[in-house]
Amino acid sequence: MNSLSRRRFLKITGFSIGAAAAATSLNGVVKGANKIQDKTGQLPKGIQKIPTTCDICFWQCGAIAYLRDGKLWKIEGNPDDPLSNGRLCPRGTGGIGTVPDTDRLRAPIIRKGERGNEKWVEVTWGEALDYVAAKMKKIKTEYGPESMAMFSHGIGGTFLKHMVKAYGSKNIAAPSFAQCRGPRDVGFELTFGDIVGSPERVDIKNSKCLVLIGSHLGENMHNTQVQEYAHAIENGMTSIVVDPRFSVAAGKAKHYLPIKPGTDTALLLAWMHVIVKEGLYDKEYVTKHGFGFEQFKAHVNQYTPEWAYPITGIEPEQIRESAREMAKHAPATIIHPGRHTTWYGNDTQRLRSVALLNALLGSWGRKGGYYYQTKLDIPAYPYPEYPHSEKSAADNPDGKYPFASSTLSTGLRDATISGNPYPIKGWMVYATNLMQSLPNRDETLKAIQNLDLLVVVDVVGSEIAGYADVVLPESVYLERFDDLNTPMFKEPFVTFRQKVVDSPSDQKPNYWIAKKLGEKLGLKKYFPWNDIEDYLRTRAESAGLDYDELKRTGVAKGVKVPINEEEGAEQVFYTPSGKIEFYSSQLAEAGFDPIPTFEAPDEAPAGYFRLLYGRAPVHTFSKTQSNKLLREQMPENELWVNVNVANRVGLKNGDYIKLKNQDGTISNKIKVKATERIRPEVVYMVHGFGQRSKMMKSTYMKGASDSYLLSKYNTDPLMGGTGLGNNFVTFEWEV
Amino acid sequence: MARFGMVIDTKKCVGCQDCVIACKTENDVPDGCSRDWIVTETNGKFPNLNMEIRTERCNHCDNPPCVSCCPTGASHVHDVGNVVLVTHEKCIGCKACHEACPYDARFVNPAGYADKCTFCIHRTEKGEETACQAVCPTHCIYFGDLDDPNSEVSILLNSRKNHKLIPEAGTKPRIFYLT
Repeated sequence: MNSLSRRRFLKITGFSIGAAAAATSLNGVVKGANKIQDKTGQLPKGIQKIPTTCDICFWQCGAIAYLRDGKLWKIEGNPDDPLSNGRLCPRGTGGIGTVPDTDRLRAPIIRKGERGNEKWVEVTWGEALDYVAAKMKKIKTEYGPESMAMFSHGIGGTFLKHMVKAYGSKNIAAPSFAQCRGPRDVGFELTFGDIVGSPERVDIKNSKCLVLIGSHLGENMHNTQVQEYAHAIENGMTSIVVDPRFSVAAGKAKHYLPIKPGTDTALLLAWMHVIVKEGLYDKEYVTKHGFGFEQFKAHVNQYTPEWAYPITGIEPEQIRESAREMAKHAPATIIHPGRHTTWYGNDTQRLRSVALLNALLGSWGRKGGYYYQTKLDIPAYPYPEYPHSEKSAADNPDGKYPFASSTLSTGLRDATISGNPYPIKGWMVYATNLMQSLPNRDETLKAIQNLDLLVVVDVVGSEIAGYADVVLPESVYLERFDDLNTPMFKEPFVTFRQKVVDSPSDQKPNYWIAKKLGEKLGLKKYFPWNDIEDYLRTRAESAGLDYDELKRTGVAKGVKVPINEEEGAEQVFYTPSGKIEFYSSQLAEAGFDPIPTFEAPDEAPAGYFRLLYGRAPVHTFSKTQSNKLLREQMPENELWVNVNVANRVGLKNGDYIKLKNQDGTISNKIKVKATERIRPEVVYMVHGFGQRSKMMKSTYMKGASDSYLLSKYNTDPLMGGTGLGNNFVTFEWEV
Repeated sequence: MARFGMVIDTKKCVGCQDCVIACKTENDVPDGCSRDWIVTETNGKFPNLNMEIRTERCNHCDNPPCVSCCPTGASHVHDVGNVVLVTHEKCIGCKACHEACPYDARFVNPAGYADKCTFCIHRTEKGEETACQAVCPTHCIYFGDLDDPNSEVSILLNSRKNHKLIPEAGTKPRIFYLT
């Protein structure tokens, strides 16, 4: 039994993950202290404050929405919320622009004519849900309930996922595993026996040295982390940034390592070589908690900085100096795990190297390193049991990817195309634009052609909605309640999302859609609550919380527990050896390298540049571009090109150019940013632009889409993640 | 009497534009217009680069050319904090102040008057933070009385290296950038 299964077992049986110390008492729940009033206790005339939870991204910050004369005015962080600390990120601050977004879906629509031609008939909710229910019943009768799959992103998918499980399918996936966090969570779990989680369990606030590898904190606005990062900078934290692009974080780093893309594992191995060779590792910690260290030590002996130099382009002395720097501050040194980690197809081993370097420095479970997460334990709603299915999930037949610990979105797509291990005939897609979130658009289109039903629930007419049979318009987060949000974090707490304003047209909240559709499918017993507040009150009160108080304050906190060794937490590793696995027997048994090795990335064809992509602070994926407040700050993306390359090929700042990838796919035109801030053999763009749905009038064809150029993906043999960094582009001059 | 000024720590600023958006919602700044903005200045050759990221706005100068050039007295120095403000009703939209301002801090509000940062006077005169300061996830914006030696801004200016924008224009700007 591998550690992943063990962890799943622990999760099912209700143990807290991580350490025994993370178990949280429910007895001493501290009520939110914020009184939602100004200093004098009075609000100005016409002003109302309503606490809620932001949903502009997955971070889920506690917020306070302001109404002025009954109309939405602004939104701020809730000072009682441990994630926002009273300050939202730019997307959160601009979140009020989601309500008047002119590209919002206004009423349910059903396709007329071919899929993807975007010709629609507006229907009533009754007609739309009858249509979906009839198709779902047909799929169940003809193929079985497992042939209905769901793709979902975010907490808003909770009730629809529940409905699909009650219907009888476990084929529910989020692209956030196989296209994003998967390799990181699996790499860390193989090493420490636990995942990194979200929010990442990094104590940047108390860190003395932060190492970012391709992670561009400050451009990705993971709110709490950016706050802690700035706080730590003020306190003198040093940082080491490894990136082919001179990121914002690179501009603040003591050591900037302009690495050749795809060679990070070579650098990591060389760093570990230096730290072991020079005896800079935490010997007591490694002796006490490590498993297989002697084999590891012998293995990394070969990876000298001189070996890594021609591979990475980083001078041996710079490798040594940066290794010494991180050792100097250990254990308050964090080699950050990043978040979007599906890069080259061997990513789990890269992230295992990241985990092992942290292990050498003793940062796991230590102040200023990785902390033991805790969570407010609120019991699930007492639903009846879901129906039992004989069939296992369709995404990973025969355990092809033995360490996949979540459902693979691309695996469900494969099953839809091939009909193996059994046909998938229906997709429900909630709040994830699969045309941009999955690589290789042609495969997504091929899968869609095999479907009897494609239903999309979203707030705007995203590109995947353009291919749907039925599109159901959802209320945005400021117009709805959602399930209670209880993240794993430094302290246990819950935040509450509630309706601030009415939806402007015929949009409905996800829970309403799920309940109504469930009832039409004969699943009434799975929706015993009358309205959402019944449901929320039941859950809150089952945990001993005062529901009305939670609604009034937006946040309730549990009792803090020790989260690191310094505070008295016990180190616990849910690995097969019960220790930190420098050598992984379960990897060896499954035929993989038990200690990471370096595998070179694919080479660019002559005349091509490697395509890299990332985040901007004002947008979330392809979800926010139609929000006027955010669009105004960044209406299109730019193509970063090294200034010398631009001069050589005759491109200048502000020119528009198309890109062609190695498979002949041609992008929209994109504005050139000729800059010193990038290596010459790569180009870079922010993800989420170049949208091609005609329903997205404000963003249609603005900028280029990296996703459309990511036709090639290298699949991680451990866990099925899709490495996207082996795509190459050349300039396609406009004719 | 107080002399309001701002100190911005460029070591902490990540250029996320939160200050820009918060200003827009707080002050109902019209579409397409901004009272503050981000500047990223990069020097050197890859990979040996230096970068400064700044949030910029009206400098509320001690010697404000926008006030001295205003034909109607709309642009004026407010009695609280010496903040430079525009009386909308008096402004005729002649743009003389736009020409005079070395920082390009002003725009014409669609309603017809010169518009710019007010140091959130509706908040700061009650002792509250400016909207940009209150929202900043990096806490890189400090605000206070430059004439008070014990204010946070004065202490920062006395203890950290800093610079002003276009000092040679002689306007005596009151926004300082820590480096």
